[in-house]
Amino acid sequence: MGLPDLGPLWLTIRLAAIATMILLVIGTPVAWWLAFTRSRLKPAVEAVTALPLVLPPTVLGFYLLVFLSPNSALGGVWLAATGTTLTFSFTGLVLASVLYSLPFMVQPLQGAFESVGRAPLEAAASLGASPRDAFFSVAAPMALRGYLTATVLSFAHTLGEFGVVLMVGGNIPGRTKVVSIQIYEEVETVNYAAAHSLAALLLAFSFTVLLAVYTLNRRFPVHAGRS
Amino acid sequence: MTDLSADLRVRHPGFTLEVSHVFPGQGITALFGPSGCGKSTLLRVVAGFERGATGRVAFGEEIWLDGRRFLPPHRRGVGYVFQDARLFPHLSVRGNLDYAHGRAAARAARYSYGDVLDALDLGPLLARRVTDLSGGETQRVAIGRTLLARPRLLLMDEPLAALDTRRKGAIMPYIRRLPEVFGVPVIYVTHALEEVTQLCDRIVALSEGRIVAAGGVAETLERLDLAEVQGRFEAGAILTGRIVAQDRALHLSRVDLGGVQVEVPQIALAKGAQVRLRVRARDVALALERPRGLSMRNCLEARLMSITPEPATAFAEVLLDVAGQHLRARITRAAVADLGLAGGQAVLALIKAVSFDRQALPRDRSADAGPP
Repeated sequence: MGLPDLGPLWLTIRLAAIATMILLVIGTPVAWWLAFTRSRLKPAVEAVTALPLVLPPTVLGFYLLVFLSPNSALGGVWLAATGTTLTFSFTGLVLASVLYSLPFMVQPLQGAFESVGRAPLEAAASLGASPRDAFFSVAAPMALRGYLTATVLSFAHTLGEFGVVLMVGGNIPGRTKVVSIQIYEEVETVNYAAAHSLAALLLAFSFTVLLAVYTLNRRFPVHAGRS
Repeated sequence: MTDLSADLRVRHPGFTLEVSHVFPGQGITALFGPSGCGKSTLLRVVAGFERGATGRVAFGEEIWLDGRRFLPPHRRGVGYVFQDARLFPHLSVRGNLDYAHGRAAARAARYSYGDVLDALDLGPLLARRVTDLSGGETQRVAIGRTLLARPRLLLMDEPLAALDTRRKGAIMPYIRRLPEVFGVPVIYVTHALEEVTQLCDRIVALSEGRIVAAGGVAETLERLDLAEVQGRFEAGAILTGRIVAQDRALHLSRVDLGGVQVEVPQIALAKGAQVRLRVRARDVALALERPRGLSMRNCLEARLMSITPEPATAFAEVLLDVAGQHLRARITRAAVADLGLAGGQAVLALIKAVSFDRQALPRDRSADAGPP
């Protein structure tokens, strides 16, 4: 009994923050491509990025475990290069979280880019803006609401992951023990008070973040073209 | 003055655009035709927005499209005014103008930021949000924004199509002055004949992806069978003349066409000003003797030059000479037979005063000057 250990909570927040930042960098070009491509590969890529939405986390976790293990090609190269394993490590967790939360970054961004459309980009080009310039000066600001939604959803989704972490990360204090697993552990050991305070903290935190986002969205609506 | 030469093809399912033309590097050239004739597609190819085009596009010596060569739109120095304006909603009016000004190519500027604000009366709008502007204000800001990027060629894609008649009338004088004030040639896409006659120096008429006529506005519209280009517009003729009298009480202006005078609804210009009048062929009736007790204000002595019956219709096109200028009349073949009309005959052309389209001509445009 007693106050819960807050270490796993900080670890979780750190994990979610890093994964979200990586997702912003990876998700933007993927979403951009999906929004504007005429390639026949589009449905296939869309399906792959949506997979984490429907797969049981244990399935995703299982395959990650297989592909990240030191016996696999990727895991082997990583072990040779860094001397550490990808499985049961914080790095492995970040990698897993990025995959796990990918649709939560890509889908809102894709929708935002689609609603911005080509029209403002053509206008920017006609005013002398290069494609890169037009992205940062026109498309990204117009898709700001999409970025806000995608960031919050990715962060919150990573915060709540359980199954994937359990499969890939295990339960190593200070390295892979995240708050959802800690709660599970407290419940298993009938330490309901600690489980309760952690669960309530997570609930309050998630609610506050979402409330803040939706309030900001309402007070300062982002004008995003036709959306 | 740099010419734009285009020799290109675009194939879309069920539609082919095939155009070869040199657009002169001065004045306003109308790209005229019905919806779906390919005029906007042509404009988009010139701007570099349409990647499916083959052929060659060159601006003077500079090649924009030739086989695999493709100069991206942002390097072409082409301004584009869109029908839907496309102002950036996340920026204020000033923000939109600064966006263009900050990216303007380092070409020698013939005009300053302030000149653009003055020419389009944008000063009072600077602090406004673009979402709070009226349709006419939005297009003025869009034109100003485009000018501030210092284009070498200005493309305008039906910029007035979304505006009502009153707003159109308010913004047209601004557009008319663009080539003179800012030294930039304009290609102006429209399907509205009144915009062609009121704004443009030259016309390129497109129909089903091909150019069917090109040249000066007056002479091209005179010989072009517009029914072929666009069903709901008929052929007409352009008359140029000079205002000789104003009747302020009855709101009429008297225009001299070079010996023959016509009466038209008042044109708000001083005596002596040159004007261009367009008369649709279907608004012209013919008589052999001067009729009496008729409401039509204009009865002009004319010589009948030719009669062209339209096959499989009730109509015939009659070409007339009025004081050395051409006029067209569309009458029934039955009337031709009843009146015994034939080439060379002297007739009277009757025109209702309300049926004139009117345009003021700047004094210095000698190329379009009518009879003295």
